[in-house]
Amino acid sequence: MSALPLPAGDALLWRPEPYRIERVRRDLADTFSLDLVPAGGGAPLAFRPGQFNMLYAFGLGEVPISISGDAEAGGPLVHTIRAVGPVTEAMRGLRAGAVLGVRGPFGSHWPVVEAEGMDLVIIAGGVGLAPLRPAIYYALRHRRRFGRVCIFYGARTPDDLLYKAELKRWRGEFDLVVDVTVDRASHDWAGKVGVVTRLVEGGGYDPLHTVALVCGPEVMMRYAARALLARGVAREGIFLSLERNMKCAVGLCGHCQLGPHFVCKDGPVFRLDQVERLLAVDEL
Amino acid sequence: MGEITGLDRLLGEHPFFAGMPPDVAKLLAGCARNVVFEAGRYVFREGGAADQFYLLRHGTVTLEVRVPGREPLVVDTLQEGDVIGWSWLLPPYQWSMDARAQTLVRTLALDAVCLRGKLDAEPALGYELFRRFVPVMGRRLMAARLQLADLYARPSGGRG
Repeated sequence: MSALPLPAGDALLWRPEPYRIERVRRDLADTFSLDLVPAGGGAPLAFRPGQFNMLYAFGLGEVPISISGDAEAGGPLVHTIRAVGPVTEAMRGLRAGAVLGVRGPFGSHWPVVEAEGMDLVIIAGGVGLAPLRPAIYYALRHRRRFGRVCIFYGARTPDDLLYKAELKRWRGEFDLVVDVTVDRASHDWAGKVGVVTRLVEGGGYDPLHTVALVCGPEVMMRYAARALLARGVAREGIFLSLERNMKCAVGLCGHCQLGPHFVCKDGPVFRLDQVERLLAVDEL
Repeated sequence: MGEITGLDRLLGEHPFFAGMPPDVAKLLAGCARNVVFEAGRYVFREGGAADQFYLLRHGTVTLEVRVPGREPLVVDTLQEGDVIGWSWLLPPYQWSMDARAQTLVRTLALDAVCLRGKLDAEPALGYELFRRFVPVMGRRLMAARLQLADLYARPSGGRG
């Protein structure tokens, strides 16, 4: 009995490479970041903002996790992970020195290079800030190549804001609009309360020359896209990162199929007009 | 007269009244005055008579719900350019939550009793006001529904 043939030239995509956890950061009660370096030495794999890796907890399973570090910094591979199931719960328990398997990078990426010359509006909800962080790093690193850069971020409560220290730092930049809101708060919160889609009304960006990158819960992205369209941003300028049940990561198994697309291969980053109609279909 | 002329201009500059016909702005100015709230002061309290509404010119106002035994829950924040309160439009003319100045707040307060009298006498004024208030009410209702949906909650039955 012979094994099923692997797609030509893609054999390495199926084999997890061992990566050692160099550092663990506890971001939120249920969310943590892992800095990963190749266990055998050498440079971590290269990626583009918005892409994801399959992280393998040996003996438990594999999960798709967006890369949340700086694509150009050359440091460890950073993944921010929310513990939502048995594999990610097990990963939460890992300490520096433990080894994970890494396959990737996979999928499409944020069009940060294509957006140069335009205003850039980044809208994140909850842990959706993690897949957008590499795009933010790119915009900061190449700030002069963009017009206005706005980051609109919404979370459930002040305790659920990811990367608080960085948000504060970005907020201190003179050439960056950073607006944060939470859905509910107690009286000691001095920031905004309300849905993130309301922030889209501000920022002072030019909708006719704007590229918007959106990541968060799908409902939030739908309403954010509507708010952007209402503001006058073109459909072709709005990009969303979708999440589905990605398993093989190369468009073979079909678990992540969304109409004619495989989210793992054709996504996770889609232009709004590619998926807008599909997002309106129940249970797709 | 000078005061009313100044208020007339301030009303016209506020985004809520952008494009307001000058004669209507003049009518409204007769019911308006400048009101400042220091940080921490209540603009209005739940159950109080809704005898004014406010155009926020500077600062931040929180809308809060009182919850027995807990800290007040902040459900919305309003910024410069926003309008505060629509309970004055509908009987029984009572505020349905608290509004508190989070920072120093400067407003234009419009006397609702004066205004309601004018609305009865001037249907065109009523139309101008309602066509401005209804979209605000719609946006805030939608926002409240999205907040209620708890978008960022931890997914149930999580895989992975």
